[in-house]
Amino acid sequence: MKALMIPLFILLTTVAISLGVTGLFDVRPVLLWTDALIMLLLLVLVFFIVQVRASAERRATWRQVLRSRIGMATAVILSCYVLVAALDSVHFRPAAQDAAGTAQRSGFYSMEVISVLDLLIMPLHDQMEKSYSAPFATRLYSKEVVVMADGSQQRLYPRLQYGGAHLADHEERRGTDIAWRVAQGAVAGTVLAVLLCGAGVLLVARRAGILPGQLSGVLCGRGGHLPWHVMMLTLSVIIVLIAVAFMLASGYHIFGTDKVGQDVFYQSLKSIRTALAIGTLTTLIMLPFALALGLMAGYFRGWIDDVIQYLYTTLNSIPGVLLIAAAVLMLQVFMAGHPEMFETDAARADMRLLFLCMILGITSWTGLCRLLRGETLKVREFDYVQAATSFGVGHLQIITRHVMPNVMHIVLISVVLDFSGLVLAEAILSYVGVGVDPSMFSWGNMINGARLELAREPVVWWSLLAAFSFMFVLVLAANLFSDVIRDAFDPKMRG
Amino acid sequence: MNDLVLKVEGLTTCFDTASGSLYAVDGVGFEICRGETLALLGESGCGKSLTAFSLMRLLPTRQARIAAGRVVLGGDDLLALPELRMRDIRGNRMAMIFQEPMTSLNPVMTVGEQIAEAVVRHGKLRGRALASRVIELLDAVGIPDAAQRSNEYPHMLSGGMKQRIMIAMALAGEPDLLIADEPTTALDVTIQAQVLELMRDLQRSKGMAILLITHDLGVVAEMADRVAVMYAGQIVEQAESRDFFASPCHPYSRKLFDSLPTIAKRHQPLAIIKGNVPPLTAAGYSGCRFATRCDMAKALCEGEIPQLQDAGPGRAVRCFAYDDRYRGQWGDGASAIIPAAAARPQQQESGADGGLLAVRDLKVYFKIQKGLFKRTVGHIKAVDGVSISIGRGRTLALVGESGCGKTTVAKAILQLQRPTSGSVLFNDVELTTLGGEALRRSRADFQIIFQDPYSSMNPRMLVGDIIQEGMIALGVEPDPKRRALKVDELLQQVGLPPEAKGRYPHEFSGGQRQRVCIARALAVNPKLIICDEPTSALDISVQAQILNLLQQLQRTTGVSYLFITHNLSVVAYLADEVAVMYLGRIVEQGRVSDVLTAPRHPYTQALISAIPVIDAGTRRETIRLEGDLPSPANPPTGCHFHVRCPQARPECSLQYPEAAILEDGRMVRCVLYPRR
Repeated sequence: MKALMIPLFILLTTVAISLGVTGLFDVRPVLLWTDALIMLLLLVLVFFIVQVRASAERRATWRQVLRSRIGMATAVILSCYVLVAALDSVHFRPAAQDAAGTAQRSGFYSMEVISVLDLLIMPLHDQMEKSYSAPFATRLYSKEVVVMADGSQQRLYPRLQYGGAHLADHEERRGTDIAWRVAQGAVAGTVLAVLLCGAGVLLVARRAGILPGQLSGVLCGRGGHLPWHVMMLTLSVIIVLIAVAFMLASGYHIFGTDKVGQDVFYQSLKSIRTALAIGTLTTLIMLPFALALGLMAGYFRGWIDDVIQYLYTTLNSIPGVLLIAAAVLMLQVFMAGHPEMFETDAARADMRLLFLCMILGITSWTGLCRLLRGETLKVREFDYVQAATSFGVGHLQIITRHVMPNVMHIVLISVVLDFSGLVLAEAILSYVGVGVDPSMFSWGNMINGARLELAREPVVWWSLLAAFSFMFVLVLAANLFSDVIRDAFDPKMRG
Repeated sequence: MNDLVLKVEGLTTCFDTASGSLYAVDGVGFEICRGETLALLGESGCGKSLTAFSLMRLLPTRQARIAAGRVVLGGDDLLALPELRMRDIRGNRMAMIFQEPMTSLNPVMTVGEQIAEAVVRHGKLRGRALASRVIELLDAVGIPDAAQRSNEYPHMLSGGMKQRIMIAMALAGEPDLLIADEPTTALDVTIQAQVLELMRDLQRSKGMAILLITHDLGVVAEMADRVAVMYAGQIVEQAESRDFFASPCHPYSRKLFDSLPTIAKRHQPLAIIKGNVPPLTAAGYSGCRFATRCDMAKALCEGEIPQLQDAGPGRAVRCFAYDDRYRGQWGDGASAIIPAAAARPQQQESGADGGLLAVRDLKVYFKIQKGLFKRTVGHIKAVDGVSISIGRGRTLALVGESGCGKTTVAKAILQLQRPTSGSVLFNDVELTTLGGEALRRSRADFQIIFQDPYSSMNPRMLVGDIIQEGMIALGVEPDPKRRALKVDELLQQVGLPPEAKGRYPHEFSGGQRQRVCIARALAVNPKLIICDEPTSALDISVQAQILNLLQQLQRTTGVSYLFITHNLSVVAYLADEVAVMYLGRIVEQGRVSDVLTAPRHPYTQALISAIPVIDAGTRRETIRLEGDLPSPANPPTGCHFHVRCPQARPECSLQYPEAAILEDGRMVRCVLYPRR
């Protein structure tokens, strides 16, 4: 469990520090609805881990998850995504700046809501070009009429304002500059990774009292230890990638810019929160329905079962996309009619995200509910439930104490399996135009934006590629992780 | 004997685990001749099934491997053969049948197809010849209407039929050796008698050798020519069946016999084997594997590993007491039997001192519903007019084959299943009309112990919480401190250490779990405990411990038992009265001594005669019952039993016979005993 605790600990400290930072400076914290829910989810996660640590049996199952190399590697990757999303969920409004841009007047705050993540990658946000530019380009993607120094007009590819600006007139040095930056980033990243892992190993070894001779065995996961080497390797690769990206991004737009000249790399990073919010909050919203109704249907049977079954069969027969489209369009009309309800644009976009989660949740609880009903039907016939009944234990207590803990593995497995599907669903819905607010960064919106550009000549391909690669890594990691979870928790797969 | 079929020498199979190799089968050796039956006898986990799988080279997991030994089948060393040759031998020269006929057949193929598959694999038959061979095989295993049955699917057949099909498939290759792994354990006694008889007939006609794997001493006594007793991966005793049952030699074998419940041991505690089977790691043994549990163990048993010693003709025992070098230490080995615990004074067989439970005409019908509007088209009459009564501190046994409605009676008494009609008078309170809070409060008085100790406790709760749950729910001991003390006391009462309360159910063995279940039932001070087959999932030696415990608890707390079982020897040992159930009705009821020694109802007679008997002197002619239990949805007209009854008369099919009270006070429902 330690392996899970470490990223979580880092996460929580970061969140705490960021909250502290926003308190120190003259800013006004903003708590969006989804922020609150994401924080709640993190708290639930902490509570869950504390509970798991308390029970030897469940600890053993989770150790089995992490003992698998794939499980460990994907857990690290997922934690990185969660870290970015968590940083992006601490929002505030910075103090307003006057026209000169220097003096600050306390008590007045900017209309723009930014997050801690924005602070960290502020340059990416601010360095707006005019329009499209390819990855690592120094000039725009299309010709424009430029007034030259001598007053003549020329149609050419104008230089970018920020991308490769440090090269000045030596554009031909771009190749060597990129190579140099990659090398610098790689070296710096490697050094950092080695230092970090070394410190980690020493700490763990010290605490566990492991002799230096046994260290390699312990690290490689032999003799029942967790595969720490996989964790360190994954972490090192990520650190090196971040370092390289940092070095490159300070001079270039590594994923190019979009139509209005905004950095695509920045958009991709900001989309992570949207995707994770959809993937997890939807579950958070649907879980109570699915659990309560599924358990009730399976436990009480009879007419309660009939009603619940009719309910979810009916809901299942309505085409999901149409229901979502109708709900989102109604919400849009309502929001347009009541602009006074939302203080900022961010709040409005956030409300729409939350509603999307709810609607997705309402349409997707049926599958889990059906599974839970079936399992409850089985569990309620077990002798220990009969024994509890013969002790006169009440229905509610039987459900919560005897039935629910014994169907939780299904909840866990299906929640993790559903996650990647929901991330993809967001992308598709936004593409169709009934997803998140167009002003909100999301992979679906990026793909939607790139849709038309794919038809033009020459093709603008980088928005799509960036969204695709970020989404691919997340969904692949989530899918592999859910496989490992299922192997560990599904009683049929055990033994 | 030259007809040697199988010779096994030093067979060793081990599991490679993270914590070292487990020697689950360790140096097993035996021989089987043509037409002979060798019984491999042992309790669960002793390695007897693994021995069979090793012979077939069908080891269950990749961690298991055959480490040493020779298996010679008719001149071929099986362990040296390549896998391709081995496939010809399996099924062809040695075949195997398994314990669970329900899962051994493919549910989407007709039984004829499945037998044909086995026939084609080992012969070159096609078309019409194949079909007639299948029917011939079905005829051979005694399936009526073979031609029609061969087109049926497994779910259309009963358990006994399926086991016959399995035997037919095993016979398809005309094997020299048939390995039967607990072939009748999952079947009822009357069906078991049919299947055992079939196996004997086939052996006689085909001259097969049979390796019979079982834990049931009775089956061994009926079937085996020779016996090999296994304990912790080793054969500890091998003998001719007759000699073995006349005088078992190894201390473990003797203990097994002593722990069998019989009517002669009534009101005495059964002998128990202390402790548990030791871990099977190679490092775990520096001496006899049984030494820590043996009453006769001496210092040398711990320090040296005993070998199989010859102890008379055809007999070998793995015990130092039969080793000439050490025999002196024990005196005469055979006479060193530890005397059974001194017989306690007979409990007076007092008449019922005021009934505790009186069930009158209890009926539980399940509706069969069909169609969109769930119209009721019929009823499954699971319990159809049962009347029983139990006095305080008495034990009533409810006996019958599976599916006769025993468990439904228990659930209806506990109001876990509301009866359709009838009355359940408990302590002069009518339970059937009681509802809500009143019923909840009265639940403290009657509790239940289930058959399967693995599914009767919530795997996610600590043992302490499990025991406390009832006390909290019924408010028996509201003060947490005193409740905790009570839990310790209860654990002590059932023979578990108080530390057990901080552990999870899966950390205990089957017998220990059953003790926890008993403690849980006792926690609310019940007046009646319904024991639903509490020992049928347990080994003989563990069963003895549980039976002793139940008996001792009855003495100290005066609790009454309704004991539901199909094991008549347990009934004979424990119960005061017995009620025999057939298809939802009680056909005979009376004192145990009367009913079991002189049964009157033809069904009771058949049931008792079908039980395999150990003592050759008291062996009776088995009354063979044809067919299976009819469906309770559509019971036969008149007497439910008349279609299978050997003494049926024309009037039996007209009307269900009235209850007749005989002179010794027993109740019988049969036309042979008209109501007076």
